[in-house]
Amino acid sequence: MPAQPKRRRSGPRPSNVLVGVAAWAAALVFFFPVLWMFVSGFKQEAQASTDPPTFLFAPTLDQFAAILGRDFTPYLLNSLMASVGSTLLVLALATPAAYALSLRPVPGWRDSLFFFISTRFMPPAAIILPLYIIASNADVLDNVTVLSLVYTAMNLPIAVWMIRSFLLELPTAVLEAAKIDGAGFFTEVRRIILPMIAPGLAATALICFIFAWNEFFFAVSLTSTRAATVPVFLTGFITSEGLFLARLSAAATMAALPVVLAGWLAQKWLVRGLTMGAVK
Amino acid sequence: MQPSARTRIALAAGLAAVMAAGACSGAGGGGGDDADTLTVATVANPQMQDIEELSAVFEEETGIDVQFVILPENELRDKVTQDIATGSGQYDVVTIGTYETPIWAENGWLANLDEYAADPDYDVDDLLAPIREAVTYEDGLYAVPFYGESSFLMYRKDLFEAKGLTMPANPTWTEVADLAAQLDDPANDVAGICLRGLAGWGENLAPLNTMIHTFGGRWYDEDWNAQLTSPETTAAVQFYVDLVRDYGEDGAANAGFSECLTATSQGNAAMWFDATVGASVLEDPASSDAAGLMGYAPAPVMETEHSGWLWAWNLALPETSQHKDAAWEFMSWATSKEYIGLVGEELGWTRVPPGSRASTYEIPEYQEAAAAYAQPTLDQIANVNVTKPGLYEQHWAGVQYITIPEFQDLGTKVGQEISAAIAGNQTVEEALAKAQQYAEETAQSGGYQGG
Amino acid sequence: MTATAPPAPARERRGPGPKLPLGERWSRRGPLLPALLLVVLFTQLPMAVTVYYSLQSRNLLRPGESAFAGFDNYVAVVTDAHFRGAVVNTVVLTAGVVLLAMALGVALAVLLDQRFLGRNVVRTLLITPFLVMPAAAALVWKHAMFNPLFGVLNWALSPFGVDRVDWVSEYPMFSLVLMLTWQWTPFMMLIVLAGLQSQDPEVLEAARVDGASALQTFRRITFPHLRRFIELGLLLGSIFIVNTFDPIYLITQGGPGQATTNLPYFIYQVTFRAFEVGEAAAAGVVVVLCTILIASFALRVISGLFREER
Repeated sequence: MPAQPKRRRSGPRPSNVLVGVAAWAAALVFFFPVLWMFVSGFKQEAQASTDPPTFLFAPTLDQFAAILGRDFTPYLLNSLMASVGSTLLVLALATPAAYALSLRPVPGWRDSLFFFISTRFMPPAAIILPLYIIASNADVLDNVTVLSLVYTAMNLPIAVWMIRSFLLELPTAVLEAAKIDGAGFFTEVRRIILPMIAPGLAATALICFIFAWNEFFFAVSLTSTRAATVPVFLTGFITSEGLFLARLSAAATMAALPVVLAGWLAQKWLVRGLTMGAVK
Repeated sequence: MQPSARTRIALAAGLAAVMAAGACSGAGGGGGDDADTLTVATVANPQMQDIEELSAVFEEETGIDVQFVILPENELRDKVTQDIATGSGQYDVVTIGTYETPIWAENGWLANLDEYAADPDYDVDDLLAPIREAVTYEDGLYAVPFYGESSFLMYRKDLFEAKGLTMPANPTWTEVADLAAQLDDPANDVAGICLRGLAGWGENLAPLNTMIHTFGGRWYDEDWNAQLTSPETTAAVQFYVDLVRDYGEDGAANAGFSECLTATSQGNAAMWFDATVGASVLEDPASSDAAGLMGYAPAPVMETEHSGWLWAWNLALPETSQHKDAAWEFMSWATSKEYIGLVGEELGWTRVPPGSRASTYEIPEYQEAAAAYAQPTLDQIANVNVTKPGLYEQHWAGVQYITIPEFQDLGTKVGQEISAAIAGNQTVEEALAKAQQYAEETAQSGGYQGG
Repeated sequence: MTATAPPAPARERRGPGPKLPLGERWSRRGPLLPALLLVVLFTQLPMAVTVYYSLQSRNLLRPGESAFAGFDNYVAVVTDAHFRGAVVNTVVLTAGVVLLAMALGVALAVLLDQRFLGRNVVRTLLITPFLVMPAAAALVWKHAMFNPLFGVLNWALSPFGVDRVDWVSEYPMFSLVLMLTWQWTPFMMLIVLAGLQSQDPEVLEAARVDGASALQTFRRITFPHLRRFIELGLLLGSIFIVNTFDPIYLITQGGPGQATTNLPYFIYQVTFRAFEVGEAAAAGVVVVLCTILIASFALRVISGLFREER
């Protein structure tokens, strides 16, 4: 995102204690379940299921070790491959597409743009059976590549819209200057456009990563072992077997951590990604 | 069948083209089809999870690599059925019940195992007769039992003693309800009785249907007229729902086998009517506080002499498997006498998968470890009459289920209605009125009625 | 988050006239095609197959039997009480979550628009529920928050006389709405906050100089400005929440009874439990039609926002 004047800083409004207290209280309520998940992961099982809840305890890494011991790593790797792979592919496909829908628009660009976005609104449940049967006939069920491609298709609309919004922000003068310099098309793209939208591409990548990592429905329906991702691992926790809350919390913490961190880093761009670039 | 072959090929070709493109752009590949890698789908019950733990032994012996998909019962059933029904062939070994085996065998989805099982080392005749019969379709063996079970009443002898109560030798449901009322102790987090409330035909319908049978009710009469609102069925369901609502576990509407097992092993239930296999875990001191404190009584009855269901979790070989020989190696290993001995030595004799082989019950170590429940289990299994579990002969063989393909859906829906009644969101009459309607629709749409 | 973006240059004037030469047209299209192809292959093609399936009578559990069914499946779906129940549940769930999340989101955004100590930390904490993997969040809520014996919710409410409530069984829909509101409030908050911060400070300053009270300023200036952002949040939120699947699969499995079966879960059940391919597909088509309806409103708002910028 290009540097913007920091408007708020200029207003000499005093910090408001009452507002601060209210906001902090709300933040703690909203954050509590996450905190609880994190904390419970460091408990022994008996401490995790108590009435009233246990707040003070000697932390242990046993549960994390147990989860990793239960072959959690392949799920992590699959998640990583599916989300990183799809994110790279999304960038590779969406950047040219966004270019063709903004700087050098194709005829009927507006229709294409809206076509893209409408596919994002497709209910996954409506297409899961054909996807499943097609993948089954092509013998590519339980395949990370296929899952990556599904995620690519899922994230492309967002990426196209988002990257387009960054392209549209490029100052016209720079582009015109490049033209006058006689820079060829590829030079223009490589030397001028890409460097200028690099932060935008990074933001897009983070958003795509978040969506792909957290995806559940396709993962559960299209994979079983070889390509199963982290959310699939979690389905093993639907019913309880003995006391298992601490182990669940440890698994959930490990599952959630990458995206929580990515999201914290990408805060500035989150809203833009979530609204397809419509809101900045 | 689906789209025409040409459309299908075109779609597949298109997909494959994109996939190739995807692979080129470095999206990462998804594990090759290794000739010596088996994918095994199994249910997240304790005994089944032991296989995963012990599979290293098998892998070392044979050089075959085994990967497990372990899911709770409902989810496993969804995944395996969808895989088999669409012919996807993701699994080389699937864990299925006695319900699926004949239906899937009829559909040609399962490989016939007679030739494999004829190997004298496997000793197929050692399998318990009622269980073996349940996995046989038209004289062919289509699955091998990993463990078999009926149902009985498990209870805490210490709690009975403390209250000066005794369990009758052949309890009736009225007596059990009376005991539950006296044992229920919410202040100490002890429920009078744990009964499954979780929706699912393999969950709450299993104990409920055995109860319907012994109350003299049934699902269908001889002409496939649904009987779910008959006075007997209504009485049974009302009894069940009242019992679990009044003296049952917390969160009953979401409690299944696993939850009741947890509650009982943690000392949160005084009685538990469920699968005989539950005893194997309850008696394992490593995972249960109730080990050594349990007593076992036959499934409670009302109008019939015996009650209790019959079930086995079995390993079957899908026709679509590319590694049939390796798959059989694994199946035969996991259901062999050798495996039973291995569990006993490595994990403890109570953990041995019960109810599958007669020879298990002749092992001295097992006889000792399972003294409390081995004979009750065998007696229960022997007493089940799968074609006449209640007062009437039925068209199908099965106690807690109806052996028609539609039952998976019908049972799920009815299970949901019962679960809603247990949650208190509707009355038993309302639940059964809807259940009756589903059952009628199924009899018609499945073409059973008038056919 | 930043203030208004600089007015985007009017690219349209560089847009192609109707009579571009053929070669030029294709060279412009080139970069678009790979993305278009992939999206078509993975969304439109399966959708076409779904439409085809919806006209067939076919159950995967009875292999070999299938026939052209015309619109029978649609009739069966629309007259199915479960389907209608699922529609009602979907509406209740979506409307409940979207409205609650928006109300909370506006309140939190207004707070965050003020200056106070640790504002950035508060914002970071507040967006976290939206980032946590929904499947993980659902399981943690199910087992750690809603559990009747050990749940934090019962403990937190025990001073108010709440005792051993079995949330998921007794108040299944409420439990889902609660959990999803928790998850989606940050989404609404971020959009509204962006709206608040994109107000022209000079206009606000002018209002203040003119002696308008804070409330008046909010009603007369801020709210009309926010309206578009709120509309966008409501619509996008609706589209995402209509498709809620994870917590239903993981927490309630659609029950007890049909109490929390929404459309995606209904379709999932018909597809993967009953294996009624035709009916599942018909239900899917109906859902897509409804989604298109909501989506077209959403698109209008989005394109409005884009136009406003230039």
